[in-house]
Order: sequence, then structure tokens, then C-alpha cells
Amino acid sequence: MTNFLVDGKPCSGKPDENLLQACLAAGLDLPYFCWHPSLGSVGACRQCAVKQYANEDDKTGHMVMACMTPVTEGARYSLEDPQAAAFRASVIEWLMINHPHDCPVCEEGGECHLQDMTMMTGHAYRSYRFTKRTHRNQNLGPFIKHEMNRCIACYRCTRFYRDYAGGRDLDVFAAHDHVYFGRHEDGTLESEFSGNLVEICPTGVFTDKTFSARYARKWDMRGAPSVCTGCGLGCNTTVNERAGEVRRIVNRYNGSVNGYFLCDRGRFGYGFVNAPERIRMPLVRGADGKQTAVSHEDAISHFAAMLGAGGRIIGIGSPRASLESNFALRTLVGAENFYLGFSAHEGRMLSLIANILSSRALHIPSLRDVEHADTVLVLGSDLPNAAPRAALAVRQAVRGAAFELATKANIPHWQDGGVRTVAGEALSPLFVATPATTRLDDIAHTALRAAPADIARLGFAVAACIDPAAPAVAGLSADLAAQARMIADALLAAERPLIISGVEAGEISMIQAAANIALALRARQKSVALMLNVPECNSLGLALMTNGQTNFEAALATPAALVIVLENELSRRTGNMAIDAALSAARLVVLDHSESPTTQRAELVLPAASFAESGGTLVSSEGRAQRFYQPIFTENDIGAAWRWLSDACRAAENNECEGWSTEDDIVAALADALPCFSALPDTAPSEDFRVAGCKIPSEPHRFSGRTAMHAGRNVREPKPPVSADSPFSTTMEGYYGGEVPPALLPFFWAPSWNSVQSVNKFQTEIGGALAGGDPGVRLLEARTEAALAYYTGVPESFAPRPDMWLAVMLPRVFGDEEQSARAAPIRERMTPPLLALNDKDAAMIDATAGQLLECEMDGELQSLVLEIQPKLPRGVAGVAGLAAKAHAMPAWIRITKAEPGTP
Amino acid sequence: MLSSVRTLWYTFLHLFQRNVTVPYPEQMPYLAPRTRGRIILSRDPDGEERCVSCYLCAVACPVDCISLQKTEDEGRWYPEFFRINFSRCIFCGFCEEACPTYAIQLTPDFEMSEYIRQNLVYEKEDLLISGTGKYPDYSFYRVAGLAIPGKDKGEAEGERKPIDIRSLMP
Repeated sequence: MTNFLVDGKPCSGKPDENLLQACLAAGLDLPYFCWHPSLGSVGACRQCAVKQYANEDDKTGHMVMACMTPVTEGARYSLEDPQAAAFRASVIEWLMINHPHDCPVCEEGGECHLQDMTMMTGHAYRSYRFTKRTHRNQNLGPFIKHEMNRCIACYRCTRFYRDYAGGRDLDVFAAHDHVYFGRHEDGTLESEFSGNLVEICPTGVFTDKTFSARYARKWDMRGAPSVCTGCGLGCNTTVNERAGEVRRIVNRYNGSVNGYFLCDRGRFGYGFVNAPERIRMPLVRGADGKQTAVSHEDAISHFAAMLGAGGRIIGIGSPRASLESNFALRTLVGAENFYLGFSAHEGRMLSLIANILSSRALHIPSLRDVEHADTVLVLGSDLPNAAPRAALAVRQAVRGAAFELATKANIPHWQDGGVRTVAGEALSPLFVATPATTRLDDIAHTALRAAPADIARLGFAVAACIDPAAPAVAGLSADLAAQARMIADALLAAERPLIISGVEAGEISMIQAAANIALALRARQKSVALMLNVPECNSLGLALMTNGQTNFEAALATPAALVIVLENELSRRTGNMAIDAALSAARLVVLDHSESPTTQRAELVLPAASFAESGGTLVSSEGRAQRFYQPIFTENDIGAAWRWLSDACRAAENNECEGWSTEDDIVAALADALPCFSALPDTAPSEDFRVAGCKIPSEPHRFSGRTAMHAGRNVREPKPPVSADSPFSTTMEGYYGGEVPPALLPFFWAPSWNSVQSVNKFQTEIGGALAGGDPGVRLLEARTEAALAYYTGVPESFAPRPDMWLAVMLPRVFGDEEQSARAAPIRERMTPPLLALNDKDAAMIDATAGQLLECEMDGELQSLVLEIQPKLPRGVAGVAGLAAKAHAMPAWIRITKAEPGTP
Repeated sequence: MLSSVRTLWYTFLHLFQRNVTVPYPEQMPYLAPRTRGRIILSRDPDGEERCVSCYLCAVACPVDCISLQKTEDEGRWYPEFFRINFSRCIFCGFCEEACPTYAIQLTPDFEMSEYIRQNLVYEKEDLLISGTGKYPDYSFYRVAGLAIPGKDKGEAEGERKPIDIRSLMP
């Protein structure tokens, strides 16, 4: 630690920090704009000016910018020096000269860094009497609203969008006080990280358009710590609620997982919670064949009667439901009748992933670990589409080479301009091997295009190059062998190599190959990490619950009297014909939150809670169990699926669920029943957690409208709801402050820090872990004594078939995930389903780009628009935007041109 | 003793002074415009709603009796609903002070007793008047930088024409 004095008071900071970071970490309030912990310092805004003194006798000192000053041992600084304070006040005054003062009609108002900093410097009166410059705004698509007049030219947006996230279509235009941050013309921001501009921008230039449509101030919304359900990464989010609606999702800092950033699917995909197709009442199919709403009690007694009717009862779980709900179903039907609700193929892959990861032989990286990897191999995963936040982490990982050069040149890593100048184009090695192009190719050392089987062969070959004990690949082409050698050498030269693969390409041997490479590196004493992507928010948790039967197709093969489906749309998992055959004789109970073909065919539909109406635990692809909490307390019958199931269990006089009254009870039962979940109760504090006898308030202390918001219906105020499962009070009452455990932070706020920048006050070091440790428990921490044998199933090399193509799914960031695809802004970003072919293949069937093609998939005729991708391997057809049919891929298909005139 | 006599004397003197009480409601007392009575929502000089739905009145209200929801029409913000629960209101006037657009104003009218408490819940249509209230000239959108129908960027008071970002001129 480096010790220094600020205004005579001793402070200490880490030697690799700058003074601004050290001051903020010490709890001092020093205004800043252009600096961001993830972006580093550029010293552009001059806002963090402080006085530095040469020694004890120096009373004059000189002004330095804190963000550009390394902390030095024994140095003396002053924040309070009148000259420095006056300097900071004038800087704010300059920045505010052209600011439009439209805070009342600005979405940022009340959580604005510019407002906070203006108050902090004490600039209260405007002495500038002349006219203000103005700008025209752009339409930046369904996610982001643009109001350029508010800009203070801190450059954070372009530094994030271009330098950090690799976007190309947002830039700065014009010069001097005319600078303009936008696109070259109106149009949707292309990057899947554009939503972060809302939080990066210190003022209201970029605001959340979806939130603006149902706007409320930050202080007026209940917050609940939540976990994103958009993919398997488990990014931490805060869900904001008012008047029974989800208003927005914002990033919840977790130093080990998502840090400061979310992807747009996670941030803007919440609309399904408020959608009209939500199921809000239990539905029972009457004698007339129509589903009619019934009361809670009737639904439970109907369910109990169905359970008591005898015959075989099977339960189908869901990778998008919480562990608690899945476990409740498993308990109700018995472990032998519980099926995981993956499609057959996906089930095999997930069971393999669960086996690899629960062997504990390999380290699973957190996203923070991914950012620190120095050589990355991506095997078959289209990260920017399937797990966008991981792609953003990989983007940071390849900057390792730049930081190494900076270290050699004695430039501190936070010195962003310096690092970029000295490093130039230097990037750490990243190898991407996928069937189609990915948005990571621009930073890849080598981007390989091959069929899934060939990528798996390449993976096996790399493993064999690293460790001769690994199974060798017979008949490898000289080209692939050379590539394998090169990748193996790079991985061996690395200190922290990282292998990434996943289920997206649908090739089971690819995952085995990734595991083999990691095992080979482990055998060579490398501290290797293996990241295996899973598609849904609880895929891994559900796979870990396995009892050998991994998919429900097997379950449906033998007839059952009663089928209970938990939050699962079966037609996304298997062919409709199989479902029809299996369910024609069975009675069907479906618990789900939105209407789907599965709920429509059910005899009894129970309104299950979405992530916003209940709490629960999800296991991310990192094996991190994380708890999410309930922001919406409704008066209708929507309830956690596990509550419905345990109520029915009790009504059917089955005592398996006895004693389950809160989520903690069921978590304890789950931890007892399945040893891999034994650490689950440590995920978050229990329901009876209190600080000084107080609950944690879920509403900010300025929450308004308490006595008026319900008065339209009844002037007598209702009793506030009680959160049965969490230590949260549903009102503003309770303790909020430094002693709140990080897993329970409902929002970030600190005195004088109303904006999201207040997260500084909750970290142990700026940009590091949250005070009290990052939330979540890693269930699958690697052990040195654990072992896993090499996989030997090297596949045959890919052989194209005449007149047939191997349909491979190409993931899409918007639309592939079932729940977020119901949100209107996400739907706007979805593209029509397309079929990608190599240009030579397209020429073979004499088709041109944009032409409508037909192929039979899963017994159904699909019409897809042709896109020509010259890099795609021959014999492979990429299918994008057809995630509902992902269960039928990979498959060999025939492609015909649609008859002219067909839609 | 002396004090009691003094008190009696002053009470006696009051017999010869003018009455301050009036026979209300036949005779209405004069109340200054600044009197804090029934709350109204005013319109700007162009006849448009002044309220921009900024939520500042709601947050300033010490009894939390104001609730509203923002909506937007071609860039102009206005409340979808605006509700004051007068059975809770303490007529402190903080909402008026917080209002950046002079939309919410307290008026000298205080006659709003009801037998049914629910009738003290006023919605926007009950609150909105057709005039400008105490501030005849002010219009927020003439000052603020937002573009609304009829007022483009650069047309607000104290604004220059929008920058042509493709121009190389200084």
C-alpha cells in the first residue's frame, strides 16, 4: 500500500492506482466526469483537479488532475484548497454553459452524475448571459434515446462504445465546442452493448427509450437485486418496479461477474413481464373445451384431484425456472418421474457439461477471470450472439498484450491514452473457430471457419499437440494440423489460457474437445480455465439436478396419466408430432407465466411467477448460484411455481413438501437432498436477516405518492405487502447503508451520489469486489486432486453430402431467448429467419441472396431467406432466427427454392 | 388582582372595536392570492398543459399525497394521470415551490369539505384549470431545449441555430 496525505489526513491506496481512485476508495467526494474504472483515465474534463504539495514546507502547491496522477508514497494533496475548489467550480461552470437546463423533462434527472457533480462543486448561479449552442438529435433505434444538447463532451460514450465494446457506428463528429456524439446518420445502434451508454453517459444524452415510455424517477421505484434470465451467464441486475410494472432493468455491479456492463438482451428484454399475454389467473378447461378462470382454491383442489386420480405422474422441469421450482416438482412427482425439460440433443450436451464441470478437475472462470486470460481459444461458440457479456469480457482479455507493453514502458494501466499509444494494435492471441463469422473476428489472431465436426477435430488435435497422452486425430488434413500446432503453441506459451465452448453449434464432440484441451493444459501444469456456455439462465442448475434421465422425450415415450409441465414451452424442445402423440392420452397441468401453445393445450394452467414476481436461485454457466428477489407484489393469483406445487402437494395429502413455508425452507431441503447443492443456503442471507433489527428497504427513502397511488381505487391506503421469502421490507422503512450485504443491495445510492456512480461507495477498491464479497456462491470450484479422463470420441471429418446440407444453428442475440423475444423493443431488433449458404453452394442450387428458400425441418416446411456467407464451409447451412426449432438442429436438410408466389 | 382588573378592562374596551369576524358564507373574506388553499394545475399562455410530469411535486410532498405518471407526445412530456389525495394534503405549498414550470399552484379557495372521503381524491381533470393562474407569461418549453411541435431545436429563448456538424467553419 502507498500512504499519502489528503488535507492532512492519512490515506492509503494501491500503488497501481491513480489519485482519483485512491480518494474515492478512501471515501472522499472528488468530482469527476471522463474517468471510469473500466475505461481508465484520459484527463479530458479537468474536473478532478486537486493541489499537490512538494513537501511539508510547500504552502503554495500546484494543481494536478487526480485521475492522471499516480499516488506516490508520502505525497501531500489537498481537495479543500480554495484554489482547487474554485478551479473545479469553474470547470463545472464551463461545462454547464451550453447545458439546456431541461432537467424536469430529462430521464436522467435525479440520478444524473452531472447534477451530482454540480451540487458537489457548489456551482449554483449562472453568470453566462449569451446564447447556447444546440444540436439536432438522432433516432438511434428502439433502445436508446438521444438528446445531444445535454452533452458535456466527456467522450465516455465513444470510449466505451468503440474502445471497450468494439462498436464501429458511434463516433464523434465536428470540432471544438461543436463536437457531436452520434452515428453518421440516423439509425439503430448496432452494438449489442448500446444500453450501457445509458449508464456510461454522465448526463442525459443517451437514455433508456423503453424506460422513458413508462417513466418514473429513480427515487420512485422499488428495486430488487435480480439475476438476468437472458442467457446462462447470470449477470446481476436490479429490477425497478412501480405500480405493479417492471419499469426497467439496470446493471447491478458484481465485481466477479458482469462488472459495470450488461448486454441489450438483458437490459431491454423485460417486457414480457408486463405483456398482455401474461397468465394472471388459474385456468381450467371446462366441459365445453374452453379454458376459464377459476379461483386459487378451486385450482388447488382441481390439481389435488388430478394428483389423486392415480396412474403414472411425470414432471417436466425447466431450464428457465428457479432451482426451487424444479426441486418442488421433483419432490412432488418423485425423482424417478422427473425429467429435465431439455430437448434430447441439448440434454445430452448439458449432461456432458455437467459431468465435466462437476468433476471439479477444471477451473471455471468468472467473467472477471475471462478478462484476465492471456490466450483465448473459442471453439464453436458465437459468443457475441449467444453470451454477449462473455464476448465483452474476451474483448478485454485480448488487451492483455497492450497492458504488458505498457508495463514495460512504465505506463500505469489506468493511463488509457498512454497504454493505447504505446500498444498500438497489439492484441493477445485469440483464436475463434466457428462455422460462421462472429463479431469477435475483428480482434482474433486467427478466425477459422469449419464445419462443427472439423472444429471438434481441430480441438482434439490441439489437445494431442499439447499432451501426447491425449487421443490423437487420425487423418487430419495438413492445414488443420498446422493450425492445431499453432494454437497449441500459443496456449502453451500462455500463463492463463482460456478455452471457451458451448452448446450453440450443437456438436457434442466439440465440448469434449474443449475439455480435452483444458485437461491437456492442466497435465502440462498450466492454470487453465474452461468456460462452457449454456443457453438458459438455469440450464446448468437443472443439469446438475440430473438423475440420468436427461430429456422428456424418453418420458413421453411411455404413457403417463398426468403430465405436469413447469415453465416450459414443449414445442421448443421437441417436434410437435411427438408432443401430440404423447399428450393425447394424458391430462396436462402447466405452470407458466405467459401464454404458449403448451398452456393452450393444458387442462389446468397455473399462473407461475416470472423472475419479477418471485424470488429464487439460478445457477449460471460459471456454476455460481445466485439469488434473485421479488420486486412486484401483486394482488392477483400469480405465485412462485414452487408455492403452487407445494400447495397442491399438501392438498393431495402428500407430506413430501411438509414444512415448506418460505424459500429458505425449500433451499434447505434441496441442499439436504442433493449434495452438489449443499452450499446453496450460503448464496444469500436468510429470510430472518436483519440489520439492527431492521429489514432492508426495497424502496428509496424519497419514494413518493404513497398516499395517492392507490387512492384512485380506494382512498383508504392498503396495508403494505409483506415479503415472506426475503429480508426486504416492501416499503422505504428499514436500514439502508454500508452494512447491507452485497447480495441484498436493492439499489445503489449514497449521500451526494444519486447516480449509478454511487457504486464507488460500495466497493472495497474502486472497480474491485463489492464490500462484503461479490454475491453468489461458486458450487463447482476446482480441486487439485480431482481428475477427469480424456474423451476419446474423435468424430469423423465432415463430409458434405450431395444435394443435402447440414443445418447448423447460428445464434442471434435478439429473439433466440424465449422470454425476452416477447418484449416489443427486442422484437423490433429481430430479423426474419434466414438460411446462410456458401456462395458456391448457393450457385449450385442457382439461388441468389434474398431469395426465399424452403427446407423441411422437424417435419415442418420452413421458408427462409437466403443470405450468402462466403466464409461458411461448404455443405453447411446456417439457420438463424429460428431458435424455436433449435431442437431439430444439427440435421441434414434438403433445400429447394420456394415457388414464386408462395408467401 | 391588578392583572385581573386589567384583563377585564381590555375586554371591555373591545366592545367598542370593529368586528373582525364576518357572517361567512354570506359575506366572503378577502384572501390574498398567495393563500395556500386548493391546488390546481395551470396551463401555459398557449393553452397547453404546463405540467411536464417531472415528479418533483410528488417527491417534495411531505405526506406523499401526489401521484402521477409521465407520458409523452412528440417530445412534449405531460401527465397520463395526476392525482392529489386532498384527504392527506396539508396545504404546505412545497409542491408549488418544487414545480419548475409553475404548473402546480395553490389557490385561495379552501371550500372543499366532503362527506365522503373518496371524493377528496382529485384527478387531473379535476385539477386542471383553463388559465395560467398566478404566472401569466411563463412557458417552460420556450426556455427548455427540448424540441416540441411548433418549436424546433435552436428556437428556444437564448439558443443559437443547431450546429451543422459537417461544416468546417469555426
